[in-house]
Amino acid sequence: MAKHETPLLDQLETGPWPSFVTDIKREAESRAKNERNIEYQIPQDCCDDLLGVLELSFKHGRTHWKHGGIVGVFGYGGGVIGRYCDQPEMFPGVAHFHTMRVSQPAGKFYTTKYLEEICDLWERRGSGLTNMHGSTGDIIFLGTTTPQLEEVFWELGHNLNQDLGGSGSNLRTPSDCIGQARCEWSCFDTQDICHDLTNEYQDELHRPAFPYKFKFKFDGCPNCCVASIARADLAFVGTWRDDIKIDQEAVQGYVNGEFPPNGGSHAGRDWGPFDIQKEVIDLCPTGCMRYEDGKLEINTPECYRCMHCINVMPRALRIGDDRGCSIFAGAKAPILDGAQMGSLIVPFIKVEAPYDEIKETVIEPIWDWWMEEGKNRERLGELMKRQGFQKLLEVTGFKPDPRMVQEPRTNPYIFWKEDEVPGGFDRDINEFRKYHQR
Amino acid sequence: MDQAEATEKIVTALKKKKGKTKFYFNDLAKILGEKPRVAKKLINKMIEDEVLEYWSSGSTSLYGLKGTGKQAEAEHEE
Repeated sequence: MAKHETPLLDQLETGPWPSFVTDIKREAESRAKNERNIEYQIPQDCCDDLLGVLELSFKHGRTHWKHGGIVGVFGYGGGVIGRYCDQPEMFPGVAHFHTMRVSQPAGKFYTTKYLEEICDLWERRGSGLTNMHGSTGDIIFLGTTTPQLEEVFWELGHNLNQDLGGSGSNLRTPSDCIGQARCEWSCFDTQDICHDLTNEYQDELHRPAFPYKFKFKFDGCPNCCVASIARADLAFVGTWRDDIKIDQEAVQGYVNGEFPPNGGSHAGRDWGPFDIQKEVIDLCPTGCMRYEDGKLEINTPECYRCMHCINVMPRALRIGDDRGCSIFAGAKAPILDGAQMGSLIVPFIKVEAPYDEIKETVIEPIWDWWMEEGKNRERLGELMKRQGFQKLLEVTGFKPDPRMVQEPRTNPYIFWKEDEVPGGFDRDINEFRKYHQR
Repeated sequence: MDQAEATEKIVTALKKKKGKTKFYFNDLAKILGEKPRVAKKLINKMIEDEVLEYWSSGSTSLYGLKGTGKQAEAEHEE
């Protein structure tokens, strides 16, 4: 028997999709039965009270959670998000119901043992409810009381070799695609750099001194499986400089129907025989490919690595061998001023451990600029917009490059500084009048 | 600037602010008159010494003198 009547939540369960309400109810029931005799360290009925407070929020059309709070583990300014209920008498099980962010392993590789251990820990010291994964990529532990925070942190650190993630005005937990572990398109070892930068920038991750959040994300190739270009303040997207490698025999294999295109996906209906002209050549956004007399050719300087041809014919086309990444700055979701995609700041850079060039010429100068010039709650992308891309080039020392321009002459104004112009801005008017009438 | 001087400056300045108990990192750096990287070291030490404490909404972090503000009372934390 449920502790609280929840007619509005029950209705949510009737939709076509799996429901989080069902999940919470299942956990509430499992805690009530406690078949494994767990010594619950927070109220056993917290999940019932969570359903209760949510039902009340729907009824009132307003939230019953307060805004933020003073919680954390000692010395850390992130990783814990204080959640306090404003109806603690009615729902004592969720009077304190703090979120903990746990740094996910690079590439989100787990062993079953590890998953069991973190779930056991959270069942005992928290609500048992998790969110795998939050948008930042972290493992999210949903709901515990203040006294349990240090306990959970101690067990994570000492028994599971696991750290908390980033929240607040910190570097957020860096996140990456599965990379070279499983994917032959990955142009660099995403997991290695993600892990390296996470360790290198521990102070930035745990002690907030940025104007606002800051995210690194690593995509091994331009397919951008973690969507770094759309949401990371610094997005690292794998690319290559030389030619796409073509296996002409395999191209014929696709043309003759020996291999299913797209690695066999989209196979839910019959699309007819594979048509290389229609499905690959005509869809190339730069028109840099041709297929004539049974031979496929690609004009590499024109290609901008959209990945379409490689995705369609993975057996015939492979990424080049001179690999590295492009770096994009300033992407963000639309909290203020609309969503922004990342702007290209480094067209190509080698990604090689210990990544000093990336740290010293890209990350740190950008941080220094943003920390000094950024307004409170201003993302890097907003600062770039306010002070201009030119300023970003100045602080990083990168030379302007045509590849940084989306399209020519969108903006007709070029701002020269006086010291960039021979002779400065002063001129001899008499000399000028010799050549130009009034 | 040494640590004691920095702490003194921050505590005096924050106590003077009426009706406001939570401050952005930038506000503190301005009080210290130091660049962010230098200010961060001093401010971190104040957290460690429990002069200051963090407040976080989840997306933004603020700093306050330990134990001040409505929140501490309202959250039954005292």
